Amino acid sequence: MKNTLNIVVVGHVDHGKSTLIGRLLYDTNSLPEGAIERVKNISKEKGKSFEYAYLLDAFEEEQKQGITIDTTQLKFSTKKRNYIIIDAPGHKEFLKNMISGAASAEAALLLVDANEGIQEQSKRHGYILSLLGITKICVIVNKMDLIDYSEEKFNQIQQDFNEFLGNLNIYPLKYIPVSAFNGENITRESDKMTWYRGEPILKAIDLIENDKKLIDKPLRFPVQDVYKFDERRIIVGKIESGSIKAGDEILISPTDKTTRVKTLEHWAERDKTDIARVDMSVGITVEDEFFNKRGEFISHKENSPLKGNFFNANLFWMGKNDLVKDKKYKIKLATQQTECEVFSINRVIDASTLKSAGDTNTVKRNDVAEITIKTKLPVCFDEFKNFKNTGRFVIIDDLNVCGGGIITGIDDSLKNRELTSKSINISPRKRLVSRIDREERYRQKGKVIWLTGLPGCGKNEIAVKLEKKLFDLGKNVYYLDSANIRFGLSSDLTFTEDDAHEQTRRIAEAANLFADSSMVTVVTSVSRFRSDREYAQQIIGKNSYVEIFVDASREICKKRNKKGLYEDSDNILNYEYSEEPVITLYIEDADFNADKKAESIIKLIEGQLELQ
Amino acid sequence: MDYLDQLEAQSIYIFREAYRHFGKLGMLWSIGKDSTVLMWLAQKAFFGHCPFPMIHVDTNYKIPKMIEYRDKTAKEYGLNLIVHKNQEALDEGMCPGKGRLECCKALKTEALTQVTKKYEFEGLILGIRRDEEGSRSKERVFSERNADSEWDYTDQPPELWNQFKTDFKKGNHIRVHPILHWTEIDVWQYIKRENIPLIDLYFSKSGKRYRSLGCAPCTTPIESNATTIDEIVEELKNTKQAERAGRAQDRENAHAMQQLRKAGYM
Repeated sequence: MKNTLNIVVVGHVDHGKSTLIGRLLYDTNSLPEGAIERVKNISKEKGKSFEYAYLLDAFEEEQKQGITIDTTQLKFSTKKRNYIIIDAPGHKEFLKNMISGAASAEAALLLVDANEGIQEQSKRHGYILSLLGITKICVIVNKMDLIDYSEEKFNQIQQDFNEFLGNLNIYPLKYIPVSAFNGENITRESDKMTWYRGEPILKAIDLIENDKKLIDKPLRFPVQDVYKFDERRIIVGKIESGSIKAGDEILISPTDKTTRVKTLEHWAERDKTDIARVDMSVGITVEDEFFNKRGEFISHKENSPLKGNFFNANLFWMGKNDLVKDKKYKIKLATQQTECEVFSINRVIDASTLKSAGDTNTVKRNDVAEITIKTKLPVCFDEFKNFKNTGRFVIIDDLNVCGGGIITGIDDSLKNRELTSKSINISPRKRLVSRIDREERYRQKGKVIWLTGLPGCGKNEIAVKLEKKLFDLGKNVYYLDSANIRFGLSSDLTFTEDDAHEQTRRIAEAANLFADSSMVTVVTSVSRFRSDREYAQQIIGKNSYVEIFVDASREICKKRNKKGLYEDSDNILNYEYSEEPVITLYIEDADFNADKKAESIIKLIEGQLELQ
Repeated sequence: MDYLDQLEAQSIYIFREAYRHFGKLGMLWSIGKDSTVLMWLAQKAFFGHCPFPMIHVDTNYKIPKMIEYRDKTAKEYGLNLIVHKNQEALDEGMCPGKGRLECCKALKTEALTQVTKKYEFEGLILGIRRDEEGSRSKERVFSERNADSEWDYTDQPPELWNQFKTDFKKGNHIRVHPILHWTEIDVWQYIKRENIPLIDLYFSKSGKRYRSLGCAPCTTPIESNATTIDEIVEELKNTKQAERAGRAQDRENAHAMQQLRKAGYM
């Protein structure tokens, strides 16, 4: 069976989206007789020549006003594959319908009228595509007939639009000059634009590749419901990423229960299986029958989702009422649903100019904003860039979906955890200066460079040099020496395993505060337990945490370590290596050159430090 | 996973969302191919325990074989079946002769509104598809109707990322469309793959078969020699005829279906 690509057509009102789709369907012979007959009659009634747009604009109101109100989907095929082509309205008033259509697309045709050029919705739609994570985009420059098929004007539009889209990290696959109305460059090469060397639309879309399936990614299985129709207790849901099989050890978040998959259930004999993969709607039974409920996330133990009640997001707002702080909303994220509020509005962006709006008290209809959300109950989630389906959410206001957002990260100051404190009546306070403000003022991102390695590996010598070099490069930098912390903050701790865990936690918390103040923070910490380093990364946040493993052999460590500050008595330490690759700095020689090592670190992470 | 697997998985997800969110849920069964596929999908979604009733809106004018098949199947499967007629309208002599659209409105739309109110349904599952006709092509998966079953298609709420409309005013209800994204050919290929029992009116007898089932006076069979599903699929791949070409009410005027559906038609 051929595979299918969902492709949405977007762009400014009247730039010819419905006409283009109508033409594509007509020229590929994909329309039933009735449809064409009907449109012929309606066009005639209205005294017009054949209006391709009416093939999609089915509503009487749409035909009367000559605009698309709501989105629609039609299927057509080429030899290579099937297409679901999604028509999206271009009118600003119907942005919500454009988003409803575009949200299910993998690729997009972004239409620009050659005569009118780039307009407000061309840009706004470009922005929305980038927020929806749609990166496979062809820009269609339509109505070339109105500018005499001019190559020069086409090139100008391409140059202008590239500049705008580049700011959104959108790099169109192609720019195609067409005349949808006249059928130029739609299904075959136009002889009116011989200067154009590329493919017509129909061939160009065949070259777009389908998204890779997320089978190899970690498992995400949000619980949709739990059934007890018979003796079986079946947990059902859709697998959003990865795969699950009978016998798997699974973790249920956010409650952190673990159990094993007993069976994969089925009704029809042909559905019997022991493994279920991404996109499948499944039902499983588990060995330990805890109380399970909708909203929980099932994952494998080693790769669990993030959880907490704060996160940062990019959001588009479609509500009739403005989005405001200090109001209770409902949030739906995968199968979870809870109350939430906007903790802070960090930036409101005019999607057509990309400029920040001054007012950050409200997000108005059709605005885009960077916000921090606080949920009443802790939720499970992922960053959108890692997991699309569990990294996005909608906000309900007044019974309707009014906003959609993608999660960009965990809140840098509040982090990825359920906020608990032994003191009651403490809750995080809102501040007027945010980390983002500080980072903008000091022109640097807060980071923690976490040097880990056995005592004697040389991390401290390297850190000293690293601090100096970064300082000389103009960075605001601070070296947090874990050995020094032992004399103050951690003077109550010994070198037992328990205390080693606690020491790592304290260093991470302290480093996190430095990073929050926008400081580039160099940390040295033995942190030989993998779980400790993972915990540190969780506290500091993936985006701010850079781990560097200083790898020296036991012999070198012994030779170099004269202080004897070991974490256990028999001087034999085992370092638990990380499974995921981390930056490793090899120390081949007890008398290595710390300057050189520090330089190589800077080179390795120069991108993350934004050094020019 | 092939394409049919993906369609099926998405439909099952929709079924389970509907069951989760609506206390009183019912599913329309018209005996036709689409709603028969719905029944099958419901069996899969709920592991053979369909937890809500089927509803058949009986106009009294259905092709007689359909009623026969309905009663036989309901018995075989032990379906919890609600059959409803707009008896008042029938008593007053409503029939296609009084105007096709008026008849559809009374015997289908109004009958459906009556049964919805009677059982206080919050959710109704229907087997409509986008590729059937224009107004359906613009539908949402979860589509709200007011207390009088009316559809405000000019201001539909956003629907994205599998987050459907589940919050609504009391007295309103949601039409749930689990196979909205399927096409006619998808339906047939799925019936074949799953070996789903189906009423034989769809298969050619003496050169004619029904492509779409409805009321006897307003539904005409098409010329066809397709006696097997494979032949039907082959026929559909090559036809230029619309699926509902044999349904007279659709062609009463240019926006007949839109008008019917605005008032609450399926």
